[in-house]
Amino acid sequence: MVAGGYPAAEEESGPMLKVFFQYLIFPGLLFSACAGLIAGWADRKLTARLQWRRGPVWYQNFTDIIKLLGKETVLPEGAGSVFLLAPFAGLISAGVIATILGNSIINSQQSFLGDIIVVLYLMVIPALSSIIGASASRNPLASVGASREMKLVLAYELPFILSVIAVIIKCAGTIQFSSITNHQIIFGSHIASLSGALAFCVCLLCVQAKLAMAPFDIAEADQELMSGVLIEYSGLPLAVFKLNKALLLYVLPLFLIIIFWAGNLRIPILAAKYLAILMLVILIKNTNPRLRIDQALKFFWGPVTLLAIAAVMLALAGL
Amino acid sequence: MKSIWVFHVSAGSCNNCDIEILDCLTPRFDVERFGIQLVGSVRHADALLITGAMNRKAAVRMKKIYEQAPKPCLVVACGICALSQHMFRDSYNVRETLDKILPVDVYIPGCPPKPEAIISGIVKLVNKIRSQDGNAAKR
Repeated sequence: MVAGGYPAAEEESGPMLKVFFQYLIFPGLLFSACAGLIAGWADRKLTARLQWRRGPVWYQNFTDIIKLLGKETVLPEGAGSVFLLAPFAGLISAGVIATILGNSIINSQQSFLGDIIVVLYLMVIPALSSIIGASASRNPLASVGASREMKLVLAYELPFILSVIAVIIKCAGTIQFSSITNHQIIFGSHIASLSGALAFCVCLLCVQAKLAMAPFDIAEADQELMSGVLIEYSGLPLAVFKLNKALLLYVLPLFLIIIFWAGNLRIPILAAKYLAILMLVILIKNTNPRLRIDQALKFFWGPVTLLAIAAVMLALAGL
Repeated sequence: MKSIWVFHVSAGSCNNCDIEILDCLTPRFDVERFGIQLVGSVRHADALLITGAMNRKAAVRMKKIYEQAPKPCLVVACGICALSQHMFRDSYNVRETLDKILPVDVYIPGCPPKPEAIISGIVKLVNKIRSQDGNAAKR
């Protein structure tokens, strides 16, 4: 929360109010939740169309959330307040990411030194919150899901951070979103260069895993673990987890655009780029079966990490 | 309420109703356009879709599953077995009908019911909830 409004606090006019507005409404929680829920609808609709179905109406995800708010929250025996609080940790941090990313697009003055590192840290928290919540629920299937999620986090973080490092090298060592975008506006998008394209592919796969979408929906695994980490959640906490997912669906493609594809950030073009990446993610989801956890580990630590290292090398060589 | 998440419970069915339920999700019928989804966990359920004749062992578990579901939770009996035990009426193994154990909201007859019948049953369910909501609002 402090992070999003850091520079705003230095301004004179109502700094606190501005921080809260930015965090809670635009570009923070409310806006990104709406955008994410609509993106989630796009996912369901496109999936349905690919299977020759009609698919749900555009406000379906909103109805789902509202319905969940009206349901009873069942607390499993022995699960404490951690079980109820865990989803909120994820939601809060996803909101902070949305605020930082949104601010760096709207007004580059609001970007602060090291914000990319803050965002990298915050991006792990939604996964952590589902691990903690699942472990607190005392359900054996949830704990299997939690252990898979943990392994998956270990698997994808290495290539993910390597690919971000490749970007940082290309931008002469800057760790600030605004200078990364400025660099791309002046010298062209990173995705147009060899190392940038490689790093983008790596990052896209990691984003797929962060979104828990097939082939990396190993922790939720609808059919074999009965939605795994979420199995004991009902009512409000489940709604928060769904919102969490919606926020990530908005935030992660945006992150990809900012660090790889920021040559032109006018709003219609930005939206088009976002839709393109969203489509790509959904198509990957719909054309790949779920991997086993060991296959996912091998995949991320083997070929994907090698690709990421290659991207770093190429970036060092200036390609 | 246009978002019913269904948890499918088989209380000793012959699998025929279950196949027809899966048919509802196929491109030809596609119940997701009404916001209906099959969920894997009872905790996410808004409706229990129960098939089968409820033998003695299933009856105990059925009560447990209903208790585990977050309320309000609807119960839909699907197939003639779940309605009236069908050919198992005089069986040593089947004691009570489903509606003696759980409060059933909608009965869908058929052996097995066609997907059209299941969808029409669910439409009736939605209308029932709507009218209840309307009455609650009037009060």
